[in-house]
Amino acid sequence: MQDAVLAFLAKEPAHGYHLHTRLRRALGPLGESLNRGQIYVTLARLERAGLVVAERAAGLPERPERKVYALTPAGRERVAAWLNEVGWPKPDLAEFHLKLTAAAATRLADPVALVAAQRREVMRRLREVQQAALAEPAESGAGPLLEGIVLRLQADLRWLDACERAWSGAGDAAGGG
Amino acid sequence: MPGAVIRARGLVKHFGRGQSLVRAVDEIDLEVAEGETLAVMGPSGCGKSTLLHLLGGLERPTAGEVWVAGRRIDTLSERALAGVRRRSVGFVFQSFHLVEELSAAENVELPALLAGCSPREARRRAMLLLERVGLAGRARHLPSRLSGGQRQRVAIARALVNEPLVVLADEPTGNLDTAATLEVLRIFAELRAAGQTLVIVTHDERVAATADRLVSMRDGMFVDDTRLAAARPRGLGGLLWPED
Repeated sequence: MQDAVLAFLAKEPAHGYHLHTRLRRALGPLGESLNRGQIYVTLARLERAGLVVAERAAGLPERPERKVYALTPAGRERVAAWLNEVGWPKPDLAEFHLKLTAAAATRLADPVALVAAQRREVMRRLREVQQAALAEPAESGAGPLLEGIVLRLQADLRWLDACERAWSGAGDAAGGG
Repeated sequence: MPGAVIRARGLVKHFGRGQSLVRAVDEIDLEVAEGETLAVMGPSGCGKSTLLHLLGGLERPTAGEVWVAGRRIDTLSERALAGVRRRSVGFVFQSFHLVEELSAAENVELPALLAGCSPREARRRAMLLLERVGLAGRARHLPSRLSGGQRQRVAIARALVNEPLVVLADEPTGNLDTAATLEVLRIFAELRAAGQTLVIVTHDERVAATADRLVSMRDGMFVDDTRLAAARPRGLGGLLWPED
């Protein structure tokens, strides 16, 4: 979040409320829970870290919403570093995989039933995102983000199919032995 | 069950015989409530299209019963069954099945004319429906001049022209790209909001995810039946915005 706020200041100095509006527009329905307070907290941290400076409009009482924030040279460097950084969130599949393994080993739960329950949950999430995508105007900046979430959930469903195949085969082998 | 638009009991459909017998639909019970959007998912060959054909009276079951709006249809004469298909059921297919020689408006009018509508009334309905699917400006176009997504929207308008009790859609987005798929899903969402009962057979999770209820099929049988609509929507913010 800090990096994104910094990067949104790179084009020109801006008020906190202006940054909030731009971030929300980029995030579409995912930005609904983003409140202005979070932006001001982030800006205050960035200011303390020397990455932004706040200029108060002359003659007005000091309040965060009056301030115009601008990048410092250090802030500008950090934005450049962030844009060039190659990082990627890791999906955490190991926990669910271990859950299935433990369920099969202990016979405390049926792995195939666990996969089915998980698939229902993923489908419910997909429904929420899909409904948001359908409600989003065509010109929305959040389209690619929603598409990405949908594709990820579809990948999760593929993986659950693979899990089902693997564990139903294992069940047959155990049952036949 | 009151409010069930479609009801099936012990539905069976076999193809072939002896060694090559295929149990396409194997003892299925199903009730589709009025206003419900039901998605049927499963791998190809699981029997989902055959099920849809049985529900809409396009094929007759080997055994079991099908009721549409409280009327048993599997025992009807060919003629009476054709009447049910025309008046009570709207079909949408993967490959559109439009008449290539007729304009978009004429394609939409056709089932209304066959059901005994006056040409004037059929035209009125066709124009209203084409407007509803966003194609009022293409009414005179032949299907060959329309994109795949536009053709499917014409096909949806045609399915609605006799105000059917239920719309049955077989892989409606199977031939469409992402943008056209979203267009079709938007129309389905509007139909759903207007209380139209919908049964959609699909292998696309995106399409299935828009339904109220999802049944999964394997080898002619239902293996899962899930209500997708959340009791209370959780909102999407939590999906992406971790605490900083």
